[in-house]
Amino acid sequence: MQITHEDYQVESNEETGLIVCHGSFRLRGSKEYQPILDILLGAADARPSMLTLDVRELQFLNSSGINTLSKFILQVRKHKASQIVIQGSTKYPWQSKSLKNFQRLLPDLRLEID
Amino acid sequence: MQRIFGSYNGQEPGKGENMRISFHSDSIPLQQRWRNNGLSADFLAGYVSTFFPGEDPIASDRQVEIKDAVSFIANELLENAMKFSVNAKDASVSIEMFLEADIISLYTTNSMVLTAVEPFQLFIQRLLSEDLDAFYLEQLERNAENDDGASGLGYITMLNDYRATIAWQFTEGPDCTVVTTMVRLNV
Repeated sequence: MQITHEDYQVESNEETGLIVCHGSFRLRGSKEYQPILDILLGAADARPSMLTLDVRELQFLNSSGINTLSKFILQVRKHKASQIVIQGSTKYPWQSKSLKNFQRLLPDLRLEID
Repeated sequence: MQRIFGSYNGQEPGKGENMRISFHSDSIPLQQRWRNNGLSADFLAGYVSTFFPGEDPIASDRQVEIKDAVSFIANELLENAMKFSVNAKDASVSIEMFLEADIISLYTTNSMVLTAVEPFQLFIQRLLSEDLDAFYLEQLERNAENDDGASGLGYITMLNDYRATIAWQFTEGPDCTVVTTMVRLNV
């Protein structure tokens, strides 16, 4: 499944459990984020043993986007079926600052920032 | 009547480096120009970053950090100002940035409908008094159950992740209340 927008792209492979987000997430509120959330929840609901969320090329995430990603993490926590890895980059400073908050929702979450 | 929450510092107009962008609802309603928030925030961030030249790797990292922080904070301030601004023909929103030696201050000003003021002030009181870690987690979990679009997550992120200082000034009028939100960032 994928979404291609001029400002962002989301791609999910349910077989490998890999979700890749590119661009800038500056959407307005949960209604506009719903298609992205649907992809994320779909990946979580497939309950693979390993889920990887690659945001290394996600330049910007607004607070509604933080909210959307946290709903995905909480869904993974609820299922207790998947180990989750979030891949970030020091290229975009927000990632080192904010991604670690998701570990507070799910302490088993592995954060890889390169 | 004025009400202040947090350590609010007003700025003297015209003092030091500053920039102001104003939006008026004469042509397009404020809520319909969402894309302008990101464009304006990135412009402010790009503008201020020129005052922190990246001449060596350490300075370059600092420049990238400052640009990233101003972009996030200005965008959140504008999104909130637009979202909660009164939906009237003469409504306006402004954002103003001041640069001092080691502090960047951002101020947004917008009018709010009277019914929205009290819930917002109650949120602010919690934000300024409670344990931030616990409050942050509580809001994330609350939003997963009941996402009403008023989580205040942007403010919590500014305090928690960007170590910013936030304060508010409310000026009550007969039909609406004008709120100025101040965010100060040590750089």
